[in-house]
Amino acid sequence: MSSVATPAPAPRRRRRRRTKLQRRQTKLAWLLLLPALAIVALVAIYPLGKTVYQSFTDQQFLAGITPTKWVGLDNYSTIWHDPAWKHAVILTLKFTVITVTFEFVLGLIIALVVNSSFKGRGVMRAVMLVPWAIPTVVAAQMWKWMLDDTFGVVNDFGVRTHVLSHSQAWISNPSTSLGAVCAVDIWKTTPFVALLLLAGLQVIPKDLYEAADVDGASKLQQFWRITLPLLKPAILVTLIFRTLDALRVFDIFAVFFGNRLDTQTMAIYIQSAIVGDGNVGLGAAASVFMFLIIALFVVIYVTFMRVNEE
Amino acid sequence: MKHRRLLVLAGVVGAVALVTSLSVAAASSDKPARTHQAAAIAAPKVPNAAAIKKKYGGQKITFVGDSVGNGHVRDVALAKRFSKDTGIKVTVNPHPAASDQSYSQLARAFSSKSSSIDVAMIDVVWPGAFAPYLVNLKPKLGKQSKLHAAGIVQNDTIGGKLVAMPWFGDYGILYYRTDLLKKYNYKAPPTTWNQLFAMAKKIQDGEQKTNSNFAGFVFQGNSYEGLTCNALEWIASAGGGHMIDNGKATINNAKAATILDAIRAQVGKTTPRGVTSYQEDQTEHAFDSGDAAFARNWPYQYGIGAGAGSKVKGKFSVTTLPHGAAGKPVGTVGGWQLAVSKFSKHKDAAIEFVRYMTSPAVEKFDAITNSNVPTIPSVAKDKAVVKANPYLKPAIASVARVTRPAKFLGTHYNEASKVIYQGINQILNGTPAKNVLPGVQSKLNQILK
Repeated sequence: MSSVATPAPAPRRRRRRRTKLQRRQTKLAWLLLLPALAIVALVAIYPLGKTVYQSFTDQQFLAGITPTKWVGLDNYSTIWHDPAWKHAVILTLKFTVITVTFEFVLGLIIALVVNSSFKGRGVMRAVMLVPWAIPTVVAAQMWKWMLDDTFGVVNDFGVRTHVLSHSQAWISNPSTSLGAVCAVDIWKTTPFVALLLLAGLQVIPKDLYEAADVDGASKLQQFWRITLPLLKPAILVTLIFRTLDALRVFDIFAVFFGNRLDTQTMAIYIQSAIVGDGNVGLGAAASVFMFLIIALFVVIYVTFMRVNEE
Repeated sequence: MKHRRLLVLAGVVGAVALVTSLSVAAASSDKPARTHQAAAIAAPKVPNAAAIKKKYGGQKITFVGDSVGNGHVRDVALAKRFSKDTGIKVTVNPHPAASDQSYSQLARAFSSKSSSIDVAMIDVVWPGAFAPYLVNLKPKLGKQSKLHAAGIVQNDTIGGKLVAMPWFGDYGILYYRTDLLKKYNYKAPPTTWNQLFAMAKKIQDGEQKTNSNFAGFVFQGNSYEGLTCNALEWIASAGGGHMIDNGKATINNAKAATILDAIRAQVGKTTPRGVTSYQEDQTEHAFDSGDAAFARNWPYQYGIGAGAGSKVKGKFSVTTLPHGAAGKPVGTVGGWQLAVSKFSKHKDAAIEFVRYMTSPAVEKFDAITNSNVPTIPSVAKDKAVVKANPYLKPAIASVARVTRPAKFLGTHYNEASKVIYQGINQILNGTPAKNVLPGVQSKLNQILK
């Protein structure tokens, strides 16, 4: 049914052909995406929607035969006025800032070191991944025993070498508990950050450095002017990963502190409300709050990335 | 060449990770030496086994059982005997060591109507919360329940339904080192808290010269259900009430604040600073390794301390807990029951298992091998049982019992207990009681409303 070619507007004819093909391709694209979208809707959108719905009810975990009723914004108001929730948010933010900063700096240093060639580099790269390879719960329990104030090796070693005056209760003492849990998380996740940054470093062409050497640039200048700018995409990806993971932290706090009030992160608060107290509605409302906080960080990062790309 | 190097690296990483996780796992299972005690006596045979086998043989049930001390070893021994005699295969899954987490595990299973649990261990404070999800045992086990202590059967009867069978009792007692008391010239164990603190300090100062890990007094201070039990003993023995009395929260009073501050003052002095992460197993470990002069724990610790592998075998004894100046000695009622889930696919087979486990013969077995308090009074008076469990002698067994306020809270017990143990844990970690108790009391009153 194609129109006869006329010497008249050739561009118009080209555009019409592109539109038909474009439409066909778009339809095919949607058909191919449909299964994946259906799965995402079932696994991600439906639970999210259900959580939001439950946050407006007084759903109980062990409801039995008691009917659930709509309570509007009551749950949100309770959470908003709960000092324990505020404390949990602040603690999670503190934890995120401390761990992401340290992991980034240390990870970058490690990545730079492992990127250069030296004998045994391959073995070094493998060994540095070991902390990250251990399951988080296992690593947390391991460190909990090591930091114990009665039989822990850290205290034993510290006291013997006179670095510590006496055994410290790193985990029990409120003034050192955040430091202890941050240190263990940094130990565990720095290799992951180093790995992501290493991948970014390896894409930077070596001749840039050679040219810089010829031009007489110092190593520090090379780092600031060549490495960092070209590493920006990898840095951004790493920071997004780590920030979101840190905001959702649960297992390491659960193993170290269990149900302690002053060390509740947002995720622990929610789990405790839902399964411990049986208050599903309240937990759902807190989940929505947590979702919004994380979404805020995502928006910040994505905006930064988009601004960066221009 | 490149690939070979890669394979070598992968091997190194794998090996290191494997070694690390294996050593972590091995460190947590130093139990072999201590399990000999439980295997010393054979599990009793199942009465009426042939009839049960004919009806229910071949069915499979899952039992969520004990995980503290040698509880799991006992469960496996009994389950094996039961399976052998009746052909009903029993899979034993130990529950989480912390009672509040065990509650969460059962809550999750019941709320999702899961048939994965047939028989479960129920804490003495849970029947009210889980009653809608448990089978009424009165028709089949009502006769056997008459053998058990009436108070516990009453506790397990909700709305006329017997939702759980009593299995073993529990109450807090004081363990003390008889050899150290003699060494430091003490004629008798302490009767008041101040006496305990003074004795603990003197013994600790002396013992720390040779053992830097030594502590005067250990108990359960972690932020979990066990702390509610410990705190109830402190407060009630000091005349400070029972946290909730007559449906109203009473925990914010001067006597309670005084005793809590007194215990707080000991943390880091005669009690390890890390006591705020101690649960039953850490307390037992500290005492049985010879690193403590006094310990508060449940009766189960007696059997482990008196068994092979314990460094304090023959060197310790038990008595009632101390009391405050204005109070009397008390022990918090603990104890566990066995219940059958409403969603179980093999209810009758499960009930037969519960019948076996709560029979006099098995309670005697449990009392002798695991030093658990029998809930059947005739078993508690049996000579062999009393010989293995000195705390069953009237002088100690008749201590006043205090119960946690479960009957006022029903399904909200876990939530209220959390408010209590989080608050007490805060106090132990350094906050003065007068800053914490008002908040705890108002939150409890809100839940009670």
